[in-house]
Amino acid sequence: MMRLNPILSQKIIKTLLWILTGSTIGILFFIIIYIFIKGLPQLSWTFLSTNPVDMGRSGGILATIVSTVYLIGIALFFATPLGLGTAIYLTEYTREGLITKIIRFGTESLAGIPSIILGLFGFAIFVIAFGWGWSLLSGGLTLSAMLLPTIIRTSEESILSVPQEYREVAFSLGVGKWKTITRVVLPAALPGIVTGIVLSIARSVGETAVIIFTAGSSLRFPSSIFESGRTLAVHFYILAREGISMPMAYGTAAILVLLILIINISAYMTMRFLMKRYS
Amino acid sequence: MYGQEFSLQSISLAIPKSQITGIMGPSNSGKTTLLRILNRLTDLIPDILIRGQVLLDGVDILMPHYNVNLLRARVGMVFAKPIPLPRSIYENLTFGPRMHGVKDRRILDERVEQSLQAAILWDEVKDRLFESALKLSGGQQQRLCIARTLAMQSEVILLDEPTSGLDPISTAKIEEALRNLKKDYTIILVSNNTKQIARISDRVAFFLMGDLIEYGPPDMLFTNPSDKRTEDYVSGRFG
Repeated sequence: MMRLNPILSQKIIKTLLWILTGSTIGILFFIIIYIFIKGLPQLSWTFLSTNPVDMGRSGGILATIVSTVYLIGIALFFATPLGLGTAIYLTEYTREGLITKIIRFGTESLAGIPSIILGLFGFAIFVIAFGWGWSLLSGGLTLSAMLLPTIIRTSEESILSVPQEYREVAFSLGVGKWKTITRVVLPAALPGIVTGIVLSIARSVGETAVIIFTAGSSLRFPSSIFESGRTLAVHFYILAREGISMPMAYGTAAILVLLILIINISAYMTMRFLMKRYS
Repeated sequence: MYGQEFSLQSISLAIPKSQITGIMGPSNSGKTTLLRILNRLTDLIPDILIRGQVLLDGVDILMPHYNVNLLRARVGMVFAKPIPLPRSIYENLTFGPRMHGVKDRRILDERVEQSLQAAILWDEVKDRLFESALKLSGGQQQRLCIARTLAMQSEVILLDEPTSGLDPISTAKIEEALRNLKKDYTIILVSNNTKQIARISDRVAFFLMGDLIEYGPPDMLFTNPSDKRTEDYVSGRFG
């Protein structure tokens, strides 16, 4: 077999990898630019600050922004302590064994459940059995089940990456286990934990199926967590699917993309800030 | 005993107050394990089995209900690798006292200064107490770790090869600090560096493969050892 000149083959590989990387970034930019070209012209202060009128054909998207924030808030309120607690238990309070394996398997299976199935679960439990109906509370709780695996895994990884020596130092100063965790381990793991939480928000912002099943799609401005609400992503889906108003749909999509960008950037900045603070 | 393996057997040592007790021996001779038993850091090792007694002021610290946190406040530890917590110099020193309930800012300030003075670090860092401890050099970090133990106002200081990663000048500073400290503290120094042990110890113990071979004043072990193995070790024939 003929062997290629090593310098030439290096060049070919490099070019090939460059093209692959370039296309990945290209797809991302194409989507973002396309959405912005179609959507940005719709944006105005009125669009952001007024409620939808006539099924969303006119007016703004204020109610959907508020519903989105509510939903994320509720989901994090439940998922953060649960996830962080599980991660602390798995990393600090147990030894690797059958039980940790079962718990890990459980959380990973949870991550693998299709979101529509979780939606059905939320519908059966929160909407019907608990009698909360389509409400932001039902939606938020279902969403929190979806976020749990991400929060557990990222928290676990960041807690494990804290050098064992820090724990030994704290113990050697006569600091108890719980204080060692809260005063030494968690601060050092904070950048990773926060990034995990924020990225899980970015994921949940885009959910639709689960939300429609559990929080419904009411366009009214939500006045409590027991009311139904429509998130940005659901609003976009309905506007586009029902052909109500494509310009409004693109406007909503642009806000959604901007929101996710802002969340990602703030996750990055928070991480940088926290890393500086604790190192 | 870790799992099936013995790391120390039948040790009996009386460690004198206000002196430096040096512990030497090749790697795997059980020195570090002994040190970690003394402030019960061995509790962190699952399945470890320790039999016997360690008496501190006549009380056995190995008893299960003994308050480990108070023990560790009295028996401080300095590790082989300097490990400053990722915080300011000031916070490194006040972390221990704060966790033990010292809140008064004046007392904390005082402890910071005293412990840094005693660890011969004060002059180098007094103007940057609130900068990250990670910015210090290796030698300074290790003196900070000694100061961190002193700030706890502990009575016993365990040092596990504290100068193994340091240059001769940093080593000399730490040895000087230890010499000054011994009047107020009981110091136990584990070291691979036989010369260091000879320089600063008042009593020397020689360990080999988990056995205590010889224990006595340095003159005896270094010039007139009673055991052939001690002689071989201090004269550099092995280890």
